[in-house]
Amino acid sequence: MASKRIVVDPVTRIEGHLRIEAMLGDDGVIADAMSSGTMWRGIEVILKGRDPRDAWAFTQRICGVCTTVHALASIRSVENALSIKVPKNADIIRNIMFLTQMVQDHVVHFYHLHALDWVDVVSALSADPKATAELNQAISPSWPMSSPGYFSDVKATLQRFVESGQLGIFANAYWGHPAYKLPAEANLMAVAHYLEALKWQKELVKIHTVFGGKNPHPNYLVGGMPCAIDLDSDNAINIERLNMVKRLIQEAKAIVEQLYIPDLLAIASFYKDWAGIGGGLGNYMTYGDIPQAGVDRPEHFRFPRGAILGKNLGEVLPLDPTDTTQIREEVSHSWYDYPAGEPALHPWEGVTEPNYTGPKPPYKQLDENAAYSWLKTPRWRGNAMEVGPLARMLVGYASGREEFKAVVDPVLAKLEVPATALFSTLGRTAARGLETQLGVQWLMEEYENLIANLKAGDYATANTDLWEPSSWPREAKGFGFTEAPRGALGHWVHIKDGKIENYQAVVPSTWNASPRDADGGHGAYEAALVGTPVADPEKPVEILRTIHSFDPCLACASHVFGPDGRKLAEVVVR
Amino acid sequence: MSECPPSRPTTYDVLTQHGVSRRDFIKFCTVTAAALGLEPTMAGKIAHALQTKPRIPVLWLHGLECTCCSESFIRSSHPLVGDVVLNMISLDYDDTLQAAAGHQVEEIRKQIIKDYPGEYILAVEGNAPTKDGGVYCTIAGEAFTDILLETAEHAKYVVAWGSCASNGCVQAAHPNPTGAVPVKELIHDKPIVNVPGCPPIAEVMTGLLTHLLTFDRLPELDREGRPKVFYGQRIHDKCYRRSFFDAGQFVEEWDDAGARKGWCLYKMGCRGPTTYNSCSTFKWNDGVSFPIGSGHGCIGCSEANFWDNGPFYERLSAVPIPGVESTPEQVGKVLAIAAGGAAAAHAVSVAIKKAKDGKDADSKGDAGAAQA
Repeated sequence: MASKRIVVDPVTRIEGHLRIEAMLGDDGVIADAMSSGTMWRGIEVILKGRDPRDAWAFTQRICGVCTTVHALASIRSVENALSIKVPKNADIIRNIMFLTQMVQDHVVHFYHLHALDWVDVVSALSADPKATAELNQAISPSWPMSSPGYFSDVKATLQRFVESGQLGIFANAYWGHPAYKLPAEANLMAVAHYLEALKWQKELVKIHTVFGGKNPHPNYLVGGMPCAIDLDSDNAINIERLNMVKRLIQEAKAIVEQLYIPDLLAIASFYKDWAGIGGGLGNYMTYGDIPQAGVDRPEHFRFPRGAILGKNLGEVLPLDPTDTTQIREEVSHSWYDYPAGEPALHPWEGVTEPNYTGPKPPYKQLDENAAYSWLKTPRWRGNAMEVGPLARMLVGYASGREEFKAVVDPVLAKLEVPATALFSTLGRTAARGLETQLGVQWLMEEYENLIANLKAGDYATANTDLWEPSSWPREAKGFGFTEAPRGALGHWVHIKDGKIENYQAVVPSTWNASPRDADGGHGAYEAALVGTPVADPEKPVEILRTIHSFDPCLACASHVFGPDGRKLAEVVVR
Repeated sequence: MSECPPSRPTTYDVLTQHGVSRRDFIKFCTVTAAALGLEPTMAGKIAHALQTKPRIPVLWLHGLECTCCSESFIRSSHPLVGDVVLNMISLDYDDTLQAAAGHQVEEIRKQIIKDYPGEYILAVEGNAPTKDGGVYCTIAGEAFTDILLETAEHAKYVVAWGSCASNGCVQAAHPNPTGAVPVKELIHDKPIVNVPGCPPIAEVMTGLLTHLLTFDRLPELDREGRPKVFYGQRIHDKCYRRSFFDAGQFVEEWDDAGARKGWCLYKMGCRGPTTYNSCSTFKWNDGVSFPIGSGHGCIGCSEANFWDNGPFYERLSAVPIPGVESTPEQVGKVLAIAAGGAAAAHAVSVAIKKAKDGKDADSKGDAGAAQA
C-alpha cells in the first residue's frame, strides 16, 4: 500500500499545466502514479463551422512551444481530404521548417527545461575555472569559448547574482540534493552553456521568419507555402534569404555538435544509474516524417513510420492512422462525455464534450478511481504507446536504417551500456540529443535539396488549383500528421459543404501523459514513474527527471476532447 | 521604487558586478532608448534609472494559453533575454523557466506578494476561464482565476501579455467553451498594460518592461490600454508594400507573378489596414521579416476578436479596391462603408470611439471613416 502521496503541481519547466500525484511505498519507491492535465481550452469545438483553410492558424495556437507542428499537421489534413498535391519546393521548405523547429526545441529543452534536474547551479559556485576550462576542452576541443578567463567570468556572474539575494528563476529549487552527482566544474560548465544556448536559441528560428514571416507562429498555406521564390526579385525568396538560411544551419550544426552532444554525454556519464530507471511502457509509435517523395509515401520518409511493442526491436509493426480500428480514444478517466455505449472512438468520429467531475477547486488531491484529467486516453490497437524522440530513434534503429545506427551505436559504446539502456529516462534524454544530431545533418541536406530544385528551374511554391471551395467535393475526410518534437501528432478533419464539420487532434503529450484506460492500464508518464526511488518526498527531483525526459507539452495534450459518462472504472491502487 | 531599502543592488550594480563595462552600459542605454523610439538624450535618463533601482520582482502567471508569449519573450535581441532575466528584473515566478516545482513554486509567489507589496509587476500570459467555477484551468489545485486575483491585489502594474490576456484570443473565439475572458475584465483597480499579438513581438515585450523599470511609470497608452509607442500605427501605414496598394498592384492568387514581385496582399485577405502593431516597423526576430514580408497577409492577431473576423483569406470588404493613389483617409472611408463585414464593423467601432475622443492625432483615417 502507498504510504505517502507526493503531489507536484505545477510541474514547471514544461509547456502548460501538468499535475503529478505519486504514491510512495514504504520502501521509498513509487508504487503508483497519476498524470493529470489541468487545463482545457476547447479548440476543436471552436473549429466547427470554420473555413478549413484557416484551421492551421487556429490549431497552431494549440501550442506556441511546438509552434508550426500543428499548422503542418493541419494543412496536411486538409490537403489529404481534398486531394491537393503540393509543389516539391513546398515539401522541402516544410521539411526545413520542421527540422528547424525540432533542432531548436530540443536544444532549449535540454538546457533550459531539463538540465536543472541534473545540474546543481549552486554547486557551480565552488568550481575551479581553470579545471572547468580543461574539462570543456577535453570533451569539446573545437568549441571556442572554453578559456579559464571565460569560466572565471561566468562564475563571477553567478556569484554576484546569488549575492544579490534575488534568485529569480533559480529560487527555492532542490540545490544540494544528494541526487545531484556532477562535480562542481561540470556544473559551472553547464551553467555557462545554459546562457550560451539561451543566446543562440533565438537565431535558428530566423529560418521560420524567412519562410513564414515570424516565430513563434509562422505562416503556412493549404496547397503549398506562402513565400514565393524568385531569384530575380528583391521581394521574394532570393539568394540573400537563402544565404541567411544556410548560415543559420551552419551555426546550428556547430552548436549541436560542439555544445549539446558533448554536454549531454558528459552529464549522462555521471548518471548511468538512470539507464535502469523510468523505462515505463516499452511500446513505441511514430507516424514518421520528412517526406522525400511526397507525404503519401512513408517508405521514403527520413523518419520511418511504425510501432514497437514490448521492447521488441526485432519487429517494426505497420500502423495506419486512417484505419478506424487502430487509433481510438477513451475517456474513462477524463473529464469528458462520450455518446452512450461508445467506450472508444476513432478521431474521425471523435467527440469533444467537456464534463468536469473532479473536486471543486481548491482541492488537495485527485481520485485515481474517477476521472482525473483533461487529457483523453488514446490507444493503438488497445495498447498504451510512448511517442517522441526515443520512439523515432528506436523505430529507425529497428528498421535497420544505417543513419540511425551510425549515431546510436557509438554513444552506447562510449557510455558502455547495452541497447536495452535506451528503455529508460536516460535513454529518452539521450535519444533526443541523437536525433538532433541527425536533425542538423538533414537540415543541411534539405537546404541542398532546395538549391538543387531551384537550379533545375522549379520555383513553384503553391498549387492553387483547388483553392476555391467551389472546387471541393461536398464532403471529405482527411488525415494530417507530423512528428512534433514531443512525438506523433495527428489531425483528423471532416469537411462538409466547404466548412469544418468535425476536427480532432491527437497529440504527443496526450499519448504520453494520458490517464488510465478503462482497464486501469497506465499512460506512459504513469508507467515510467512506477518503480522510481525517491530520496526525499519533499524534494522529488527524481519525478522531475523522468517527467522532463518526455518533454511535456500540456497545452497540446489538453486542448482536446472527452469521454463517456462512466467515470468510475474499477482501478485498484497497489 | 524609492521605498526600497538602499541595501538592494541596482541594475547598474548587478551589471558592473557581472563585468559589464561603463562604456558597454552606456551603449546599452543608447540602444534601449532607440528601441523605444526615444530621443537620444533619453539614454542618460535610462542610465540614471538603472543605476538607482534594484531589480523589480516579476510574477509571470500562465492561464489558458499556448506559451507562445514566453517563447517570443526569449527571442528578444535587444535587450538579450539573458540580460533581462539576470540583470534587469527578478523573474521570481514563471513556471516555464523556473527551477523549482510544486509547492516550492507557490511558496515563492506568496512570499513575493508579502515581501514586495505594491512593488512587483504581475505579468499575465493567457487568460482566465470563468465558466463552471474555473475548473478549466487549475494550478496546485487552485482555480487560475483565484490565483490571478490574489496576485493582482498587491501588484504595482499588471502587464497583459499577448492577445489571450489582452483580448481573449483563440479560446475566447466563438463559442468560447470555457468562458475565457481577458485580464481587464477581471481586474479593475490596477494599471493594466495590454500587449496584444499572437504572440507580441519580442522587443515589444522587453521594451515595455524596460520602459516600466527605467522610467518607473507607464508609457502612454491608447484607449485599448496599449502602449502607443508599439501600437500607434496600422501595419498598412508602414508596410513596405504600401506603394503597390496605392498603385493598384495586387497579388491575385498564391505564387502568381505579383506574389513573386512582392505586390500588395490586400486581395488575399491581408488585415494590415485594420491592425495596429509594430510588425511593419520593427519586424520580427531581430528585423528579419514579418508576415507580409514573407508573402502571407497579416491575420490581424493583435486586434480584438480577430479569430471571429474571418475567414482570413476573405478580403476585408466587398467594395471596389481603391485605385491609384488612394490615401489612408479614403481607405478608411471605404472600409467604413463596407459595414457588412465584421472586420470593417470593428474598424468603424474603433473609429467612432476615437472620433468621440477627438484628440487622437494618428487616427485621422479612422476618424474620417466615422464621419463617412
